[in-house]
Amino acid sequence: MKRIVVLLAVALGLCAAASAQETLNLDYHHPVLEDYFAPAAAAPAAPDAKGFIRRWTLLEPIAKPEIRSNTLFDDNWLNTEFAKVYFEGQNEMEPKDGQKVKLDKKNRLTWHSYDSKRYNVKLYRFATGLGLHPTEGLFLAFTVVNAPEDMTVRMAVGSNSASRWCVNGEEVLLMSGDRRMVVDDCVSRKITLKAGRNVIRGSVINGPGMSDFCLRFLGEDGKPVTNLTVTNQ
Amino acid sequence: MESMKNILLAVLLAAGIAVPAAAQVGNVYIHDPSTIVMSDGKYFTFGTGSGGLMSEDGWTWTDGAVRPGGGVAPDVVKIGDRYLVAYSAGYPGTEGKTRGVVTTMWTKSLDPKSPDFGFSEPELVAWAGDDEDCWAIDPAFLLDPTTGRLWCSYGTYFGAIRIVELDPATGKRVEGNEAVDIAIDCEATALMYKDGWYYLLGTHGTCCDGTNSTYNIVCGRSRSVTGPYLDNMGRDMLEGGGRMVLSAGDRATGPGHFGLYVEDEGVEKMSFHYEADFNRSGRSVLAVRPLLWKNGWPVAADPFKEGTFEIESERRGYSLELAVSFVRLQGAMMRGFGRNSDGPVVVIEDQKLEDVVEGWPEGDIDIRVGDYMFRPHQRWTVTAVPDAGGYLGAPYYKIVIAGTERALAATSDAELTAVPKFTGAPEQLWRIEQLTDGTFRIMPKSVPGHEGEQFAIVCTGDSTVALGKYDFNSDNSKWNFRDR
Repeated sequence: MKRIVVLLAVALGLCAAASAQETLNLDYHHPVLEDYFAPAAAAPAAPDAKGFIRRWTLLEPIAKPEIRSNTLFDDNWLNTEFAKVYFEGQNEMEPKDGQKVKLDKKNRLTWHSYDSKRYNVKLYRFATGLGLHPTEGLFLAFTVVNAPEDMTVRMAVGSNSASRWCVNGEEVLLMSGDRRMVVDDCVSRKITLKAGRNVIRGSVINGPGMSDFCLRFLGEDGKPVTNLTVTNQ
Repeated sequence: MESMKNILLAVLLAAGIAVPAAAQVGNVYIHDPSTIVMSDGKYFTFGTGSGGLMSEDGWTWTDGAVRPGGGVAPDVVKIGDRYLVAYSAGYPGTEGKTRGVVTTMWTKSLDPKSPDFGFSEPELVAWAGDDEDCWAIDPAFLLDPTTGRLWCSYGTYFGAIRIVELDPATGKRVEGNEAVDIAIDCEATALMYKDGWYYLLGTHGTCCDGTNSTYNIVCGRSRSVTGPYLDNMGRDMLEGGGRMVLSAGDRATGPGHFGLYVEDEGVEKMSFHYEADFNRSGRSVLAVRPLLWKNGWPVAADPFKEGTFEIESERRGYSLELAVSFVRLQGAMMRGFGRNSDGPVVVIEDQKLEDVVEGWPEGDIDIRVGDYMFRPHQRWTVTAVPDAGGYLGAPYYKIVIAGTERALAATSDAELTAVPKFTGAPEQLWRIEQLTDGTFRIMPKSVPGHEGEQFAIVCTGDSTVALGKYDFNSDNSKWNFRDR
């Protein structure tokens, strides 16, 4: 807890308030990466009690400064955007913690493996926690879920904002529009998690504002699937 | 100006565009309206920026409301004989930079013409730091009817919606009170209490995108004011949950910023803005709808649409009719209780007005309630009356026998009659309000000799009707408008 001085300099005329320019002493906790993430443990993880997958390997955000508004995110725009390849092996590699990828001659990004401390993966805080620009960007997420046997399930995702999700190389969800993260917002058709390893890849794109996602699998009874292990390394 | 209005109306109708009678009139342009409150006999609401709207009758609005402080998305609650106003300041940022504060201030009147008008110095009651997962804007009050405690929710899409407790005597934050997160990914929250449940309403969707705005109002409920607020699927609003209360429709998009106004027992109305009214250049406008309750959940009623209806009593299911002699249809009499017949199947025409109207008295005709047989003396055309004023959320209507000018009217002895011709007199103007259970109450604007008193159409028996005191707990006071 730090004592800081917040200068309430209201920048927009729309928001000018009587208290503008007032100086306040506010005590509060400044968010840090550790509030949201822990380094991925060596031991395999399990979904949490509600089935949410919390272990992910996340690529530092690919800057998309041209996204000034999330109203861009219609199906056609997203299909074009998500088809872009930014680095070699983007759709095939199984990234390791600390592994770097080369976007171009000047820009390299790093993969980071974390266990989210919350059911949702706060991409915005992943970026700010690493001192990176958190908005107007494309986040890539990777994990591996291990099924004890062939399982018929549905993938349930909430994302802020638009996103695409693939299981074993097949797209199972495209979530278009200026979305807020809502648990079970979109649920895939029935898919089969094969016995053993299943590779999950997600792409979450956002303009201004917060960005996060949550993902779990639902069984044929509609209940969360928890008898999986998660080993993204 | 009236002719211009009619020309516009004609153009819109010619273009096949329905003009709902449920749009407020006058200067209705506002964004983020506060909960509507009454002060000094007038309705007030305040929006983002300075000022707000006021109305004498709740239907025709003007500017002229005054609120110092500017900022965004205020709210108002009446506590005792004073009004507590909250507003917020802040601005969106990136890279973790968001700031906002919520302040409150008192006034004894919201009417700038009142000697009691005058705001106290604002008190800071809630805030968020420039890198917190919260943006302290969009405050909303709840004065808990069960405890008298005062609560304030605030927040926006950036992080959590929070709730804090304020002191209803001072408007200040209760000392030592810690903010509690109650929702995410929404804004423009509101709180209300009903039948043991606390309801948190929030706005989801995309704000401020005009005709493409997907803003919509959702809600969750909890047994505790501090949550958890769950939706109809049991999903916590901290998980993004929310059951729909109102989304786009009726040629307007982006409903947001819910406010509750309880007019009477069973008469609840919700105020909000549409971010774009397609009939008003896509501008952001004040709107008011009846609020219904279905299985413990609030739902915005559809706006009342003009038309020709049976007016059915909730008491017995009989219908409002002229007390005229029943004219039997001739021919096509019963043919053997549905047994097969070798004769051809024919379509029987409805009884027509011209078949019966000559048998009706020329003067006033009494009103009664009878078996609905879709006969001319039971079919009522309901249309809004321009420039006759209105009440909160709707205009006055005339109710005439379809195809005629014979109008339903109140009499000086608080009975009902049908006068030969609609004149626009106050006793011929009707206030039609949908109740929380979906039925309607029907009230005359005025009863001759009883000005200032409120009456509603009530059944006195299964087949008889008069004007009387509205009682939500009695089906005598309730009616349905049916088109069948």
